[in-house]
This record gives sequence, C-alpha cells and structure tokens, in this order.
Amino acid sequence: MHLTLHIWRQQNATSAGGFETYRVDDVLPEMSFLEMLDVLNERLTREGREPVAFDHDCREGICGMCSLVINGAPHGPDRATTTCQLHMRRFHDGETIYIEPFRATAFPVLKDLVVDRSAFDRILAAGGFITARTGSPPDANSVPVPKVDADLAMDAAACIGCGACVAACKNAAAMLFVGAKVSHLALLPQGKPERRRRALQMVQQMDAEGFGGCTNERECEAACPKGISVANIARLNREYLWASLADPE
Amino acid sequence: MSTPTASATNSRLDAKCPSGPLAERWDKHRFELKLINPANKRKFHVLVVGTGLAGASAASTLADLGYQVSAFCIQDSARRAHSIAAQGGINAAKNYQNDGDSVRRLFYDTIKGGDFRARESNVYRLAQVSGNIIDQCTALGVPFAREYGGLLANRSFGGAQVSRTFYARGQTGQQLLLGAYSALMRQVGSGRVKMFPRHEMLDLVLVEGVARGIVTRDLVSGEIESFAGDAVLLCTGGYGNVFYLSTNAQNCNVTAAWRAHLRGAYFANPCFTQIHPTCIPVSGDHQSKLTLMSESLRNDGRVWVPKAQGDQRPPGQIPEAERDYYLERRYPSFGNLAPRDIASRAAKERCDAGFGVGAGGRAVFLDFGDAIQRDGVEAIRARYGNLFEMYERITAEDPYQQPMRISPAVHYTMGGLWVDYNLESTVPGLFVLGEANFSDHGANRLGASALMQGLADGYFIIPYTLGGHLAGRKLPKVDSSRAEFREAVEAARERTRRWLSIRGKRSVRSFHRELGLTMWDHCGMARTRDGLLAGLAKVTALKDEFHRDLCVQGTSEGLNQSLEHAGRVADFFELGELMIRDALQREESCGGHFREEHQTKDGEARRDDANFCYVAAWERDSAGTGWQMHREALNFENVQLATRSYA
Repeated sequence: MHLTLHIWRQQNATSAGGFETYRVDDVLPEMSFLEMLDVLNERLTREGREPVAFDHDCREGICGMCSLVINGAPHGPDRATTTCQLHMRRFHDGETIYIEPFRATAFPVLKDLVVDRSAFDRILAAGGFITARTGSPPDANSVPVPKVDADLAMDAAACIGCGACVAACKNAAAMLFVGAKVSHLALLPQGKPERRRRALQMVQQMDAEGFGGCTNERECEAACPKGISVANIARLNREYLWASLADPE
Repeated sequence: MSTPTASATNSRLDAKCPSGPLAERWDKHRFELKLINPANKRKFHVLVVGTGLAGASAASTLADLGYQVSAFCIQDSARRAHSIAAQGGINAAKNYQNDGDSVRRLFYDTIKGGDFRARESNVYRLAQVSGNIIDQCTALGVPFAREYGGLLANRSFGGAQVSRTFYARGQTGQQLLLGAYSALMRQVGSGRVKMFPRHEMLDLVLVEGVARGIVTRDLVSGEIESFAGDAVLLCTGGYGNVFYLSTNAQNCNVTAAWRAHLRGAYFANPCFTQIHPTCIPVSGDHQSKLTLMSESLRNDGRVWVPKAQGDQRPPGQIPEAERDYYLERRYPSFGNLAPRDIASRAAKERCDAGFGVGAGGRAVFLDFGDAIQRDGVEAIRARYGNLFEMYERITAEDPYQQPMRISPAVHYTMGGLWVDYNLESTVPGLFVLGEANFSDHGANRLGASALMQGLADGYFIIPYTLGGHLAGRKLPKVDSSRAEFREAVEAARERTRRWLSIRGKRSVRSFHRELGLTMWDHCGMARTRDGLLAGLAKVTALKDEFHRDLCVQGTSEGLNQSLEHAGRVADFFELGELMIRDALQREESCGGHFREEHQTKDGEARRDDANFCYVAAWERDSAGTGWQMHREALNFENVQLATRSYA
C-alpha cells in the first residue's frame, strides 16, 4: 500500500505547529497504525530528519498511552479500538490520512503528536480512590457484592484514561472519564463511605483543569476505545446532585 | 543471624533468611526487624523508581506509614506501567473453593513450578501474604469477578490442580494496577508522595557505599538532574525486550537495573527467561510487539496440531481422529494447563517436527469448539470476550468460528537483580521489588504469580524490611550538591551526548531488532553450547557496530524518543552478553532454561541438582570489561527435590 500522510509537527509546547506531508510506501495490511508510523520514522531517521514523536507503550490497547486523531476521529475510524490496535487493512491503497494530536485546552501539546494529560492524574488525586490503609481491610469475602453491581463497576473501571472522550467532545469535557471513575467506586460497597466527597472534589478539580461542560452530544461514548457508556455520566450527575444537596459531612 | 538456607561463596551474598520452622520465619523476622517511631518516619525520604504493581503499592504504603516518598516513572502517568497489561489473574491461597488449597500447597506449587531454583523462605512468605493481597485489593475497589451470591470467583491456571486464581475479566493486571495507582494518587493528593512522570532513571548514586540517590532525565525537557534520599527502591520491571519482540510494552527496559548493576548490584540468573506458549504469531518484519493471549484461555481451550505432517487443511476440515491434542497426550494429569515452559517447548517440538500450522508452520491451534458446544457462546464470551476481540482485531479471524493460531513468545524474566530476604540488593540501601528482582519464581514462573509477587513485595514486605535499613544504619544527611551526585549527573550527560555524536547510518530500532533476533536464535527457547558461543560473538560484534554506526536525530534538549531508545538498547547489548554467559555456565536444563545437551529421552528438561542447585549472581568486575560469578547455594529442607512431572 502507498499512503499520503499529513502529520502535525510541532517542536515543543511553546512553538507554533503545522501539517507536513509525507508519502509512505511498503505499508502492509497486517501492520498496526503505529507500526506504519515506525516505518515512516525509520525512513526519516535514515534521511537525516527528525522522526515524528508520538506516545505509545503497550501496543495492545490497555495502557492508554497512545492517542492520535486520525482523519478527525480520536483513535481512528474503528469502533472500540485504540490507535495501537487499529490495523492498516482498514485503509486502502492510495489513501490520504490526516494525523493530529488530541486537541483540548487541558491537554497541551508537548511535541508533534504528544500531549500532556496530567490533568487526569490531578482529578484522580482529588478523590478518585477508596481510603484503605494497607493491612487493615477485612477478609475479601466478608462483604458480598451482588454480581450485577460488580459487573457494572467493572464496565466503568475498564476506562484506560486515554483522553479520547475529551478529544472527541466539542466542549472538551471530561465527564465520561470522571463519570467512569465515580461510577466504578460508587457502585461498590467499599466505595460508599466516600462517595459524596469523591463526586464533589473530582468535579471541582475537573472544572479547575479547564475541561468543558457536557451538552449530551455523546461523541465521547462513540470515540471511547473501551465502550464506556454515557450512563456513567448520568450516574455522575446523580452522585454530584445528591452530594450537593446532602448535609455537609 | 544464622543462614540455614543460603551458604555463600562471598560474604556479600548473605540471603539473611531466618532460621526455624518455615511457617514461623516471616513472623520471627518481622519481630526482629527494627521499628521506626511514627514521628521519625517523616524524616526519611524514599525514592521509588517505577510505578507498576510493586512500585505503586510500595510508594502508597510507605507514604501512608509516614515516610516522604518521591516516585518516578517513564510513562506520562503512573497508571500506564506495564503491569496494566497482565490479563488472566492473581493467585492467592484463600481456599475459597474448598478444593484442597493451602499456603503450603501454593508454596509447593511455586517451588516446583520454578523447577527448584528459588529460595524456600521467600516463596513460603509469598504464599503466606497472598491472601492479604486479595483483601487489600478488594478494599481498594478492585472489581474482581463474583459469583451470583456476591462472593469472589476463581479460575485455574497452569501448574496447579486447584482453582486459586482471582480475576477481573481478562484485565486483572489493569484493575490491580488501577487499585494501587488510586492509593498512590491519594498520597499524591495529600502531598506525601511527590510524583515525577516522564522521568527516566539513568544512574544510581552511592555515598560511602550506600545507595543514596538517583540520576534522572526529564523526558520532556531533556534535563538531567539528581535526587537524594535515604533509600532507593527499584520497581522497574523485567528485561524481556532484550529480545526486541516480546509481550512487553515498547518502553520496558533494563536501564535502571543495569545502571544499578554497574554500581555494584549483582545480577542473578539472567538466563532465566520465560517464553509464554499462547501468543499471536508474528506476521512480518514490521512487527513491533507480540500480543499475549491469556493463559486463562487454557481453562477452556484445547491445544492441538494435525496428526499428519504439513496438513494445510483448514482446522474445521480436520476430523477429530486426525488431531493430536499433544498436551493432553503427554501430560494427562495437567493437560492443557501444563506450565508455560513445558507447554512452550511442547509446541516448539511439534513445530520443529513439521506439524505446525499457519505461516511457516510455527503455530499451533487453541480450540474453543468443545467449550462453546458445552457451555454456549455466551458463557465463553463472558469469560474471554475481550481476548477474543483482541485476537480478531489483530488477525482478522473470528475465534468463535475457528481455532486461534498461537505460538510461543518472550513474556517474563525470572532473573533480575539479586536480593536477600529483605529485598535488599548487594548495594546497601538499594531494594529491588517485583519483576526487577530475581527472587521467588526460580527458573519458571507460574501463571498469575507475577501480580501476586509484585503486590506482596510492595504492600506487605518492603514496609517492614525497609525499617531494618533505615533504623539499622547510620545515614548521614546528604544532598545532591555532593561530588558523587555531580559526577553521576555529568557521566549521564556525557553518555546521552555520545549517542547523538556518533552520526552513523543505522537507526536504534534496526540495531534493537537485530540484537533481539540474535538473542532469540541463540539464547531463546532451546540453547546449545555452540549456539551460545556463536551468539556471544554476534552480540559483541553488533555492539561494536552500534557504537560505531548508530544514527540518532534531534538533540538532547527536549523530547527525543530515539535518544531514549538508544540508551536502553546500549544497556540491552551488555545484558545480552551476560545472559549468554549465564546460559553457558548453567550446564543443565531447568524451567525456562533448556540446554539441548541436557534432556531426557522424552525431551524433558534434565536438572543437575548435584552441581547446579544454586543462584548465579554476577558481579561486574572493576575494570568494567567482564564479570565474576558468585553462587548462592539453594538448600531445600522442606520439600523433596524431585523430577518435575506433570504427566
């Protein structure tokens, strides 16, 4: 396969960026999208040009490190698929592909296609946890958890924190990310004692980081590589409302 | 303290294992370890490198105890460490299934699974704390699989005849890591842990022979700086990427451990590497990584090849009578759940004999047809849905309709930095946790035991043993303005500049790929003396070429991924050489280390307990050109050394 790539290049966080055009040959349908970029980078290196910087690590769709907006879609055209799991058989010979970083005020570009997603860490540090001192918990089977709750919690906990939901949203909202974590912990009995504080503090931090508000477009759900449901946003709203109305702890 | 289970040829190899009955050793040791009063803990600063299961659990627990902690990781967030990719599960001797499990059975299975090349004391302790891990993770909100009654579910893994594996669908590592990460972020939020993401450790700093700091490169700004502390914890994972193609993440590397090795930490059993039997086969030269298909699939999947050599028919057209379920045939009591090293070698044996399937005949079938017929598609989807999807995405084949094609791939490294019972290396004050150390798994790790070990080390062992170091030694105040720090920073800058100044013709990736292929061919699943010697010559020659002809673009200021990769591959070359030397000296077959000269007539590994029942711990010589090997004898007082049989 032969492809024409328009790739966003940007030297660092403070410089202006722009698209540069590259032609790549010898692309095989079995390659992953990132392996196709490896091919390009090998050639750029040989030609004395600087390779394209992009975040990636596990290359099996679980670490959440890879990103990219491919032809306008975070993680590319396939449903429920990270960029590293997207394969070139999805594209056709001669195709032109636009490759950009995730775009959001809260995700500044560091270089080329690499963005800073540390805002997500700060949101979780504000409340996305259960306080359980090591060594103090009771026997794991002493608190039964209905299977349906455990399964729903697991559905939400599958979030990989990649940020595609933010990149897909016209408001750059992080509601799906926050909703997934609030849901995961609120659904489990172990997470109940801190649920009010958690919802309030995570939402407060989310706002402080410059993420936008949710206007129910559901683009986040469509882009999520793990298929996290917007039902988690509804649950976040309920948790937040309930926590706001409740007596202060 | 007496050391009944470890006699050493070198006084620095004192494993410090407690004496007395096995079941009482950890308790006794904890009592003997010195304590630090709560008010004094905050005076100590602990540097934790790596935030996988071991690092995140250690950093969060130590901070909760009151220590000041700085945690470093190379990823953009602590949550992305490669523990996240572990699929199948975590073992614990809870005996919730009432099926005969016990601490002693988990201990025995792990010792036997490791082919009798691990320390009894360490492994018993691991089994003892395994149950606490499940309690801790559940309390942190890990959504383990549950039965309809709300109690925890289990499944089986290789090398065990009980169901002791806890799991969260096919994403157990992810959920356990997110639990430890959330505990870590709680401490970050409260200011007790300072987090340094996108920081790579480039050197260890010793002051008066004690580990007192690290040198790091900020991967975004390119700045090289140092940090001082009272102890250093390396939780930096394994070195499987020396093979280039492995199930490891792209950024997994040996640099932190290797730099510590060059500063005096012995490297133990480097040739003990694990080849996982069930991975998606290589599709071409472009391949950058191999994807694991969880061992849990062997609960329901049956492994087979055609009975006829070179049979190219689609699997659906090969009748039952013409299929060879070779694991069930060779190992009837464990069947498809034979341990990884054995299952991998059995696959290789069939493929080498011409019975393999797929491109090049290097794969075997993993077939769910019987399970789907027995339990229904939906039951199978509930158990393995995400794995089946992953398989289909990569291969464009539907495993509900036709068997998976799988083949062995590098997955885990049992070798690592030598540590004593306190998890302390031969450098005082340097502790090594999780896959980065060599302990517990011997020559082969059982499935679902890596998660157990990483969390045991971080949650339940280091919080006690670290106190022994901090309270037991005089630690003068040091800061990073001392000469030792300045010199280490300058050396790291110099090394980084070197990669940019070679200005040769070959990319880092091309060298890494060739090194990996050489290691796989010569020091992979089957090893011979001649093959190892040839491999050693190739690795040395390629290393020379690397230092002559490497090409790295860009500058040392700012984000430069090729530059990061160059430093890591440079260390892989040296490690590769040591792995081959270790494989050469170990004239026996055990676990993942298979020397073709040492096998039974049935092709099984033949151990030599009279001559090789030891840990090989390698010390870099002072000239920096070679190594000296030290032996830590392994004494088995509680289990009978036996030929490992799964038949």
